Amino acid sequence: MDFLRPASWEEALAAKAEHPTAVPIAGGTDVMVEINFDHRRPEYLLDLNRIGDLYEWEVGEKTVRLGASVPYTRIMENLRTELPGLALASHTVASPQIRNRGGVGGNLGTASPAGDAHPALLASGCEVEVESAERGVRMIPIDEFYVGVKRNAMAADELIRAVHLPKADGPQQFSKVGTRNAMVIAVCAFGLALHPETRTVRTGIGSAAPTPVRAKEAETFLAAALEEGGHWESGKPIPPSVAKQFAQLASGACNPIDDVRGSAKYRRHAVGIMARRTLGWTWESYRGNSYGTQGGAQCA
Amino acid sequence: MRVNFTVNGRKQEADDVWEGESLLYVLRERLGLPGSKNACEQGECGSCTVRLDGVPVCSCLVAAGQVEGREVVTVEGLADFAKQRAEGCASGACGTELNKAQQWQAKPADSQTGEGSGLSPIQQAFIDAGAVQCGFCTPGLLVAADELLERNTSPSDADIREALSGNLCRCTGYEKILDAVRLAAARGEAETAGTGV
Repeated sequence: MDFLRPASWEEALAAKAEHPTAVPIAGGTDVMVEINFDHRRPEYLLDLNRIGDLYEWEVGEKTVRLGASVPYTRIMENLRTELPGLALASHTVASPQIRNRGGVGGNLGTASPAGDAHPALLASGCEVEVESAERGVRMIPIDEFYVGVKRNAMAADELIRAVHLPKADGPQQFSKVGTRNAMVIAVCAFGLALHPETRTVRTGIGSAAPTPVRAKEAETFLAAALEEGGHWESGKPIPPSVAKQFAQLASGACNPIDDVRGSAKYRRHAVGIMARRTLGWTWESYRGNSYGTQGGAQCA
Repeated sequence: MRVNFTVNGRKQEADDVWEGESLLYVLRERLGLPGSKNACEQGECGSCTVRLDGVPVCSCLVAAGQVEGREVVTVEGLADFAKQRAEGCASGACGTELNKAQQWQAKPADSQTGEGSGLSPIQQAFIDAGAVQCGFCTPGLLVAADELLERNTSPSDADIREALSGNLCRCTGYEKILDAVRLAAARGEAETAGTGV
């Protein structure tokens, strides 16, 4: 094994071009587990810790450019207003020790359907900035990023540099099922973002299909129901029948498996429940004109 | 490969490090500092918690090569680290020498005189509260709890639970552990009361 220690982003891209099998390591919270357990013996480890740019974020007028290695702890502490859904999801990642090291770039690179950031990323409608030495920067819409179980749309010579997320224009929520509040791989998870400016809603489902997915039918149905009922203007409560139908469609978007963490049937059911609850939470925030980053304590 | 980094305030050099080796392995097997414990090797248990550039991390998930030029504090250096944080480091000789760290032992204050403690406040509080059972999880908990009290001098129970949520105790002695953190916080407040700190 060789340990490559690029001091700059350009050096990292050059190293990845020269050694496409090199495994990038930033927080190490996925990669080191595989090495410790002998599940993986990469020829090259490509350490990204020395590239300071990856640990920075910029809040622009419309978007946040989030460096791939910004730890979840920083996201929770600093970006709760701009990225409420991702901040909530970040808070459910493992433990403080893990959140101090891991970042969104790792979740995207691993592309596990259980990665906690994915539902929030899908619901926000972000773009992933990847780069190669040969072809330069490429922006991959999040909807096209996940292509299979633990597979993403990146080429072997590319590295993830940043994620560009639209700043929240409405309430966002995240919910996750597990056996305790910390150190849990999601049994399943659900993210919801209301986008009042475009009068749309977006969703993200984790751990209930081979890849993270959106519940597109549920989104279309809800957007139409909100429009039809004049809810965006009036802010009046969402009828239970609409919430129920939204939950059923979200449940229908799942394609889960039975495994040690839960059965397919349970996952479908739980996703429906989380869809209904997150809808309740976000809509209450919308009506109260606060972006509802508290969530959690409520029940539906 | 060779790794140069700072451990408990002193420059150290580890040789013949395998590229896939963890920081935990380097600390335990190459530097002779077995205070950080090796249990799950997947970041679940927190027994290997150390400070990396001030931040609590699972040392089993940090590749050795990633600590080049960086600063690590282990449980063996925690007492000196806490002392210097409280009193400053006027002499310039900060940190803990490697051979002293290797021989470090918990010697609580004399129960009669209250003197002679070489322990950090959190360590003394763990002993006083009976928060140490088999002791395996204790080093990780001490490092995590010390960092909590460093940034939050009067944590709520929710703060404590959150800060220690990545540390498992298989003896399930959590109540006493919570007591110990509360005790250390209360003692810290009593000490700084009226000093304007």
